Amino acid sequence: MNNTLKRDNCDVAIIGAGPAGLAAATALKKAGIESVVVLEREAEAGGIPRHCAHPPYGIREFKRILSGPSYAKKLVDEARNSGVFIALRSTVTKLEQGGHLTISSPEGMKELTAKRVIIATGIRETPRSARLVSGDRAMGICNTGTLQSMFYLKEMIPFRRPAIIGTEIVSFSALSTCKKAGIQPVAMIEEAQQPTIRWPIYHAARLFGVPLFVNTRVAKILGKDRVSAIQVADTNQTIREIPCDGVLFTGQFTPESTLARMSHLELDFRTGSPVVDSFGRCSDPTYFAAGNVLQSTNKPMHVPFYYKQDNLPQSVDVAGTCWHEGKVTGEWIANDLLSQQPSPPEKDK
Amino acid sequence: MTTQSDKTVNKEDAKQLLASTDIAVIGGGVVGCAVARRMALEGASVVLIEKGPDILEGASKGNSAILHTGFDAPQGSLEWECVQKGYQEYLDIHKSFNLPLLKTSALIAAWTEEQEEKFPAIMKKGYDNGVTDLSLLSRTEVLKSEPNLGPDLRAAIRVPREYVIDPWSTPLAYLQQAIENGGQALFNAEVTGGAFDGNTWVLNTKRGQVKASYVVNCAGLYGDILDNSALGHSEFTIKPRKGQFVIFDMAASRLLKTIILPVPTERTKGIVLFPTIFGNITVGPTAEDQDGRDDASVDEDNLKALHTQAIEKIPALANIPITATYAGIRPATEKKEYQIVEDSDRNWITLGGIRSTGLTSALGLARHVHDLLQQQGAQFKALKSPSIPMLPNLAEHLPRDYETPGYGEIVCHCEMVTKREIDAVMEGPIPAGSLGGLKRRTRVTMGRCQGFYCSARLAEITQGKLSEPLGVEDE
Repeated sequence: MNNTLKRDNCDVAIIGAGPAGLAAATALKKAGIESVVVLEREAEAGGIPRHCAHPPYGIREFKRILSGPSYAKKLVDEARNSGVFIALRSTVTKLEQGGHLTISSPEGMKELTAKRVIIATGIRETPRSARLVSGDRAMGICNTGTLQSMFYLKEMIPFRRPAIIGTEIVSFSALSTCKKAGIQPVAMIEEAQQPTIRWPIYHAARLFGVPLFVNTRVAKILGKDRVSAIQVADTNQTIREIPCDGVLFTGQFTPESTLARMSHLELDFRTGSPVVDSFGRCSDPTYFAAGNVLQSTNKPMHVPFYYKQDNLPQSVDVAGTCWHEGKVTGEWIANDLLSQQPSPPEKDK
Repeated sequence: MTTQSDKTVNKEDAKQLLASTDIAVIGGGVVGCAVARRMALEGASVVLIEKGPDILEGASKGNSAILHTGFDAPQGSLEWECVQKGYQEYLDIHKSFNLPLLKTSALIAAWTEEQEEKFPAIMKKGYDNGVTDLSLLSRTEVLKSEPNLGPDLRAAIRVPREYVIDPWSTPLAYLQQAIENGGQALFNAEVTGGAFDGNTWVLNTKRGQVKASYVVNCAGLYGDILDNSALGHSEFTIKPRKGQFVIFDMAASRLLKTIILPVPTERTKGIVLFPTIFGNITVGPTAEDQDGRDDASVDEDNLKALHTQAIEKIPALANIPITATYAGIRPATEKKEYQIVEDSDRNWITLGGIRSTGLTSALGLARHVHDLLQQQGAQFKALKSPSIPMLPNLAEHLPRDYETPGYGEIVCHCEMVTKREIDAVMEGPIPAGSLGGLKRRTRVTMGRCQGFYCSARLAEITQGKLSEPLGVEDE
C-alpha cells in the first residue's frame, strides 16, 4: 500500500490517525469531499487503541465488543475503504495561517495546504517530571501508555514489581496489563480519600492482590540505576518505604497540543487545548480540533478534591466519544465545504 | 577506538594490563575530555579512564551550558585565565566540529534596590577582568529586547558575549578528537589506587591496570578521594553542592532570548533563567550543600520554589507546561578557587574544585595542564594536521536531521530524534553506554512526554546495548 504523500494541496487535512481523526476522515469522504488526507506520525494508523489489547471497544461504532487493536484496524479499514488517504510516518512540524502545514517524512520535508485542517492529536498522561515528584531519576519510571506499548507492541516489560500511582480508569487498565504481562504491582497509591474510579479499583486491587493505599502520596523515589523503593507519606506525614523496581504514573491526562501551542492558534491555558467555538473551530477558522486533544472545563468529570480550580485534571474520553466527536466535526466541515453558503457565522468574541 | 565490549566489566581481569600510555586522564567529565584532547593534539599517547559506563555521568551532566566571558571571575585567578583562554578557543574551533553557538548575550538583572546598588561594583569588576563591553540598561531599555520580564525588574547590565552552547556534544567532541588522533577511552574502570616507581605509574582499575608516565586527576566529585588513594593525601576536600533545574516546554522559547543572570553572591552565581540550545527555557540551579557525591535527586519543594521564581521573573511562564526536572552536583571545595595541585616528583597533576565555569574553562585548563607537563620535562611532538570529528547537530536553531531525507523514522516525536541519529550514535566511535548517554547525544526522551510515546521503540532499538536497559529481562 502506498502511504507516501505526493500532493501539495487537499480539501481537508487531518492531523492524527486515532479514533477521532479516522472518524472525521471517513465522515468527510462519505459526505462527498474529494481529497481527504490523514497525517500520522507513527508507522501505523489507529492511535492509542492499537496498544490497548483489552475490550470493550467498538460498541457505539460497530455494535460489537472488540479489543483495542481489532477496533483500530476496523477504523483504519473503514477510512481507507471510503477513499481516505492515510500518510504514515508524516510528522506535522508547523501550522500556519490559512491551512498551511509543514511536514517531515523520511522522504524529506513537504508542504501541504488544506482548505480545512482538523487537529486530532489526542492526549497523554502526565509524566513524573511534570508532577515534580521528589527523588532519584532511576530506570523503571513510566506512564501506562509506555507500559502498554512496550508489552503489546514489543513484548517487553519495563519492570516486574512496580508501584502504581493513581486510581483513574487508566489505572484499572494498567492493572489488567500487568496481570497479562506477569507483572505483580506492589501497591496502588492514591492521594485522595477515595479511589478516583471506585468499584473496579477496589475489585481489581483485591482480585490481583495489590494493596491499595488512599490518603497517601509519593514522597520520594529511591534507586541509583534502577528504582529500588518508594517512600510514601500519609496525611500525618508518616513515611513508609515500599520496595519496588518501578513506578507507574497513571492518568492526569494532558492534551498533546504542542503543535497548536507553538502556532498562531489561541490556546486555553487551563486545559492546554486550542480555544474552539461550538463547531470545534479554532481561532483561525481554517483549523478545527476534535477528540481528546480538545478538553473542555465544561465537560462533566470527576474531580478529586486535591486539585485546585486553576489546575484541573483532564478527563480522558473513551475512544467511542472521540470517534463520535470526530464524525460530527467531519460532517459539519463537509456541509460547510459543499454548500455554497457564505462561511459560517463569525466566531463569537 | 572504544567498542561495546569495553563497557562490560570482567572482574577476573583486574591484574591484566589494559594500556601503556604517556598520559592517563582519570575522569570523563568535560575537564577530562578537554585534557585528553589537548594532550592527543600535542602528540602524547592518552588513555582516558572513566568509572561510569559513559562520559559526563558526574558533575558535567548537570551544567548550565553557558559560555562565560569571566566578567565576575576572581580577579587575576587561574580560573579567570582559563575561562578567557577556553572561551576564545571554543570560538576558534566550534565551527570545524559543527558545534553550535547561540549568541544570546546575558543580562544581569536587578529586581531589588539592593541588587541595583551592586551594579557599579559589578561593572568595575567586569572592566578589570577585561570584559569592557558591559553596558547599563534601564528597565525601559531592557523591556525593548525582553518584553516578557516581570514588573519587579529595575535595571540590568548587558553582557553581550555570554553565549549558550551544547553542554554535552561539546565534551563529546573533545574526547572524540582525542580518540580519532590515537587516544583511548576505558569505561567502567574505576581507579582504586596506584603506585609510582620513580618513572611510571601503575594504576589499578576495576578492569585491569594502566601504565602511564603522567597522570592527570580530573575525577571531579571524587578528585580528593583519588588523590588520597594514589598519593596518600589531598590538598582539598570536595563539598558536593547540588543544583536542581526545571525545564519549560519549547513553547516558552518565544518568551526569552537572553540569559537572565542574578546579581551574584559570594557563594554562588545564583539562579539563572536561560534559553537552552535545544529550544527550551531552563531555570536553576539551586545551591544545596550535601554529603552525598552521587545524590542527584530532585525534591518537590525546591522545584516548586524554582518554578515560582521563574514565574516572578517571567509571568507568562505560568502558562507553559514543565517538560523536565533534573539535578547536577558541582564539585565545590572548602575554597572558592580552582584547586590545581601538582606533585611534580610523582608526575601527577590534580584539577580539583572546577565548578560552574568548567564548561568554558576546560579548554584553557587543558592548555594549562600541557604547560605544567612541559615544565615537568615532558616532551611531545604536536600533531601537524590532526583529524577533526564532525558532530551531529542537536541545536534547535540550526538544521536538524529530520529535515534531511532518508532518516528512516522519527523515534522520539517530542524532540524529533530520528532512527538514523540513534543508529549513528550506537555505531559511532564512542557509543552511548547508558540511556543518559544516549539522551545527551541525541535528545531522545528528553521532551514533554518523557518517553510516553517512544520508550517502547527505544527499548527495542537499544536492547542489549545499555548498562541499565529500558526493558527488564524476562524471569
